[in-house]
Amino acid sequence: MVQLNLPANSKVEKGQYYKDKTGSKNIRKINIYRWDPSKNENPRLDTYEVDMDNCSSKVLDVLNKIKNEIDPSIAYRRSCAHGVCGSCAMNMNGKNGLACTKSHSELDGDIDIYPLPHLKVLKDLIGDLSTLYKQYESVEPWLKTSKVNDKENIQSKNDRAKLDGLYECIMCACCSTSCPSYWWNGEKYLGPAVLLQAYRWIIDSRDEDRKERLKKVADELKLYRCHTILNCTNACPKGLNPAKAIAEIKKMLATA
Amino acid sequence: MSSYKIIDHEYDVVVLGAGGSGLRAAVGLSEAGLKTACVSKVFPTRSHTSAAQGGISAALGNMGEDDWRWHMYDTVKGADWLGDQDSIEYLCKEAPAAVLELEKYGVPFSRTEEGKIYQRPFGGMTKNYGNETVQRTCAAADRTGHAILHTLYGQALKHNTEFFIEYFALDLIMKDGACKGIIAWNLNDGTIHRFRSHTTIIATGGYGKVYYSATSAHTCTGDGNAMALRAGLPLQDMEFVQFHPTGIYGHGTLISEGVRGEGGYLVNSKGERFMERYAPKAKDLASRDVVSRSIAVEINEGRGIGKEQDHVHLHIDHLDPKVIDERLPGISEASKLFANVDVTKEPIPVVPTVHYNMGGIPTNYKAEVLTLNGSEKTVPGLMAIGEAACVSVHGANRLGSNSLIDLVVFGRAAAKRAAELVKPGMKHDEIDKNETDRCLDRFDKLRNSEGSNPTSELRLSMQKTMQSKCAVFRTEKTLKEGVDEIRKPYDGMDSLSVKDKSLIFNTDLVETLEFDNLIRQAITTMDSAYHRKESRGAHAREDFPKRDDENYMQHTLSWCNGSKTKINYRPVHRSTLTNDVQYFPPQERVY
Repeated sequence: MVQLNLPANSKVEKGQYYKDKTGSKNIRKINIYRWDPSKNENPRLDTYEVDMDNCSSKVLDVLNKIKNEIDPSIAYRRSCAHGVCGSCAMNMNGKNGLACTKSHSELDGDIDIYPLPHLKVLKDLIGDLSTLYKQYESVEPWLKTSKVNDKENIQSKNDRAKLDGLYECIMCACCSTSCPSYWWNGEKYLGPAVLLQAYRWIIDSRDEDRKERLKKVADELKLYRCHTILNCTNACPKGLNPAKAIAEIKKMLATA
Repeated sequence: MSSYKIIDHEYDVVVLGAGGSGLRAAVGLSEAGLKTACVSKVFPTRSHTSAAQGGISAALGNMGEDDWRWHMYDTVKGADWLGDQDSIEYLCKEAPAAVLELEKYGVPFSRTEEGKIYQRPFGGMTKNYGNETVQRTCAAADRTGHAILHTLYGQALKHNTEFFIEYFALDLIMKDGACKGIIAWNLNDGTIHRFRSHTTIIATGGYGKVYYSATSAHTCTGDGNAMALRAGLPLQDMEFVQFHPTGIYGHGTLISEGVRGEGGYLVNSKGERFMERYAPKAKDLASRDVVSRSIAVEINEGRGIGKEQDHVHLHIDHLDPKVIDERLPGISEASKLFANVDVTKEPIPVVPTVHYNMGGIPTNYKAEVLTLNGSEKTVPGLMAIGEAACVSVHGANRLGSNSLIDLVVFGRAAAKRAAELVKPGMKHDEIDKNETDRCLDRFDKLRNSEGSNPTSELRLSMQKTMQSKCAVFRTEKTLKEGVDEIRKPYDGMDSLSVKDKSLIFNTDLVETLEFDNLIRQAITTMDSAYHRKESRGAHAREDFPKRDDENYMQHTLSWCNGSKTKINYRPVHRSTLTNDVQYFPPQERVY
């Protein structure tokens, strides 16, 4: 029988309400998903009133302000704070993105912050990305070349330009976790992030393993679960186009 | 103390940290057949190497004549003669091979018309011993660090390196002055892990987060440096903190020196290209300490820009948008996001921002950790590489793009040396239980802190003190005040408050452990700065404006026990490694 409801222990309950203590006239409500694996409790949505007059511009600044000034127990990943490390990917008002590059002024109303969708939650906003990392490993993300001399490979500017829009991927997983196909078949479908990485090596003119690489991804589940929904491209905080990369792989296979 | 379940591991070598240097070492160790564990508090590609923009230096000569000896001279001069010339020789001589190796690994370097690795001009990089600008900095657009980090992670996967990811290292395990491994806390499930190893390689990066405004990531807390201090080892040259001339005003995001390499320039409120006055030859491409000081002087003398006259402008709006698009796409994006500036039309507001630590764990050019015991002695079983280490190749001031090359050259050197010292499967020593207890006592005490001072408040107080008392310009007065004030947040730990007591992804406790690491480094930095009564490289004393080679051509060594430091010195190495190059005696440093 198909289960149409969430299991009872997954229902998100109403959590604690942290009232503003600064007397600020410019208050914004921030609702944050909380779940602590060490307690036998359901997930909950805590609400924090935040003084926006003394808060920098990004959602990560809001989170840091809450953690520093209101509730140090809230858990999320963060590192570089300028969109290059990919740590602080999360779901903000229903859309995946990096908290460190997303301006809170671009979000309407109360801000709802959840972990990336469809990942096993480890704690609060921290999702388990281990499956995605294993899939990344499976595409063998290293250059395969038989050249052993001590000179560099020669690569034309044109061939190098084919890597633009691909090598910039920071593996934040915003795209894969926004993809309904990946939600359903995440164990088997490689998903947009990993397929973009696969294409980055397939298209590298220096790589001598193109045929094998293509053969490896040419699989009903690994590749063809992409149904061109394009959520991935819409979600990418770096402005990359994983859907196009997937289409290019399909095209190469079709014309090979 | 509540009891913790301890899981034991045995490895030939443990690498702590998975940034550029840690990954390069791990690759070399795995290639050598050593059983290697790489332990990191973040997933490897989240490491701060990813934020390096402009490039990696190596005298490849792809864009005009070049020679590693010229690179060496530039580095010695950039370091204001505080670098060890044997190590600098090693760095510059090995650099070309190290870059070509990266290319073979798959780094997507930008290309020249002939399809070779593209190289751009960078600060302090010159031809023929200081004569004219050279193009030596190999670039993958302005995302070179990102490209190298991801490529090295791929190589580590290729070589089946064993990773322990999101493990927070607590302490070194020491026995009779030798390192026998580390103890770490697995954030994923809350367990404690004891790694026994014949060699431990610290590759934990810098500690920029002791300052309030830094280009550093939140995770740049110098955990390995603090572990060395707690193990009774000294840190070296901690007073030398690099302020990058161009952090985005108000946010601190890095704007690569590559921007000036590609033709960008700085102006003050009068619209003057002021660098022409401070560095007539190199202008905007003088070394970073020189440019940062020049900006600070412009601001101090009332020629800053903005309501508060507290920053300057960086122009690239005169460059061809095609060039910007091809070579500087990342900084266009960052300027839009964090300064709301379209770089093709408007200047970027910038201000000198803490960026890099020249100081760290003292090592020789083989990456072996040094301490002082009468004279220089190596610490058995312990190595350090990358920003955590002080080799010292950067001396008093690092040149831009010399950091990435430092990572790979010494990452490789460490693996090579470890493979000489360790044979696969050697038997491990017994570890004294006291070492584990001492480490877990500290962990448990911090975890169960029930006082009134939140970690975030103590951290803020530390950061503000460092920012105001140990900045671009320093004086006896500010440093003396700093020496006193920086101990207050340390003392504040007597009544620390940690709210979260859990063990899985307890980031309240992680930040507390990081603060405990940071504050020790803040204290050694402030005290080292106070004791160096001269100006050299990044350490600019208004009351001692001249370099004093007679008394201070020495590395500062600083031990720290609690908040008490002990300062000592060791002479700079005044010889080269081989006869391939002559020693460069100290000269006046002008750009």
